[in-house]
Amino acid sequence: MAEDIILETRGLRKEFKGFVAVGDVSLKVRRGRIHALIGPNGAGKTTCFNLLTHFLSPTRGQIFYNGRQITGSSPAAIARLGLVRSFQISAVFPHLTVLENVRIALQRKRGRSFDFWRTDRSLRHLNSRARELLDAVGLSAFEESIAVELPYGRKRALEIATTLALDPEMMLLDEPTAGMAHADVERIAALIRRVAANRTVLMVEHNLGVVENLSDQITVLSRGEIIAEGDYRSVSAHPEVIKAYLGSEHA
Amino acid sequence: MSAVHELAPRAGGFAHQRIAAAVMIAFFALAPLVAYPVFLMKVMCFALFACAFNLLIGYGGLLSFGHAMFLGTAGYASAHAAKVWGFPPEFAILFGTACSALLGLVTGLLAIRRQGIYFAMITLALAQMVYFFYLQAPFTGGEDGIQAVPRGKLFGLLDLDSVWAMYALVFAVFVGGFLLIHRAVHSPFGQVLKAIRENEARALSLGYDVNRYKLLAYVLSATLAGLAGATKVLVFELASLTDAHWTMSGEVVLMVLLGGLGTVFGPVVGALIIISMENYLAQIGSWVTVVQGVIFVICVLTFRRGVIGELGRLIGKPL
Repeated sequence: MAEDIILETRGLRKEFKGFVAVGDVSLKVRRGRIHALIGPNGAGKTTCFNLLTHFLSPTRGQIFYNGRQITGSSPAAIARLGLVRSFQISAVFPHLTVLENVRIALQRKRGRSFDFWRTDRSLRHLNSRARELLDAVGLSAFEESIAVELPYGRKRALEIATTLALDPEMMLLDEPTAGMAHADVERIAALIRRVAANRTVLMVEHNLGVVENLSDQITVLSRGEIIAEGDYRSVSAHPEVIKAYLGSEHA
Repeated sequence: MSAVHELAPRAGGFAHQRIAAAVMIAFFALAPLVAYPVFLMKVMCFALFACAFNLLIGYGGLLSFGHAMFLGTAGYASAHAAKVWGFPPEFAILFGTACSALLGLVTGLLAIRRQGIYFAMITLALAQMVYFFYLQAPFTGGEDGIQAVPRGKLFGLLDLDSVWAMYALVFAVFVGGFLLIHRAVHSPFGQVLKAIRENEARALSLGYDVNRYKLLAYVLSATLAGLAGATKVLVFELASLTDAHWTMSGEVVLMVLLGGLGTVFGPVVGALIIISMENYLAQIGSWVTVVQGVIFVICVLTFRRGVIGELGRLIGKPL
């Protein structure tokens, strides 16, 4: 049992007024892996995701990060521990420039930015690192653009650059390729593979091609419960999974 | 809110803003040669009040509907300190400002927990509570207010009964407050504040404790609104319920919307327009309110970015 578990949930449960969105999910994510969370619509993937990042608080259950219990911490505190999430809808700061978007994340490492008396020129030393990150996601040419003006795929790339700016130990990506054109999907998938080289990634993803291509480990949720776990081949052959995705008549 | 966003400053190149700031400062330095100084002092006090309000809504995205409580509190506190306790003017102003800062901290801790319209409603409710306290408390003089507040001698030297000395003080307070707000907007703190306005959940997910940043913005805004209120009391030698009334909270919203929400100079222009109307249209009495209402409707319907917002768009640079 030499498994190095970075994130673990025990009996995680979330009820919304009696409706069980996530029921007793016990999940283990191994360090350095790309772990995908999949399942049909309404399976509780995003709820699960929000529980892990503490944007929702669980009805029951515990969450451990690096062996430390983090249940009940604030979302900002979770992020500072190195567990950083993305969002299903692209989460950029729409009316800041592309460079400023990334710089906001870099600025976090200064600690608390309550210094309202200091000029923002004191942030200029972060620009070179911000440019490196933009370069890594292919956005160098857009640094002066206002984020809202970027096409959708590039917004997602900017979002990943912003997340990377925090150099998180673990990234949680909520449908990183949702709503993307085919060419963009491939670029983002390549990017995820590259940034996952020295960190752990947990992602919710609908695009099974991307899941097959990227993930080392897959957990399948259906109706709030884990129905299968394993690599793509074993999971895709699992009768419960086929049933959940295609309906009972195919089982 | 879209008006704010479209004017979010782009990186680099603020030369035109420096020029505009120089023009504004020159205007207030030279205007008393041709216009009534007390009127201009009133404009500057309200301009600072509006700038403080704009810091909160324009850059923090928080609509307070109770900012009169800070204007009024600082006014009563400094008037009481100057008249009853015999504070010199500089300490009276500081005391009044500090009282508003403290009120900002207490009300901010309560209000900041809610967003949008709920935030506005809580600030309104708190401001009403403060208003009724001032209405009932004996030291405020109720409907009469605190009258004949002595201006005193600034630093024991400069007799503020001279209109020029008083004008110089108000000018210095206004310019200082304006520059401080400008700095706050263009500071590391201002960057985080804008990020929170743009996408609060994302700022949270990057590890920023957004409520603390909002609270600081709120307290800063309250403090500067207080500075405006305390200074205004010395100008008019009067602290009255008008400053704490909810209509005052509405008036500052009007000034900022008319001038341009989230712009640097909009609140100043908005204050100038509204105070000018109140002064020069005084003979038509309560019709002023009707005229203001009509202007407000026209503003919202045809130039939603406000005077300065539209001007900035015309020249393609944020002002």
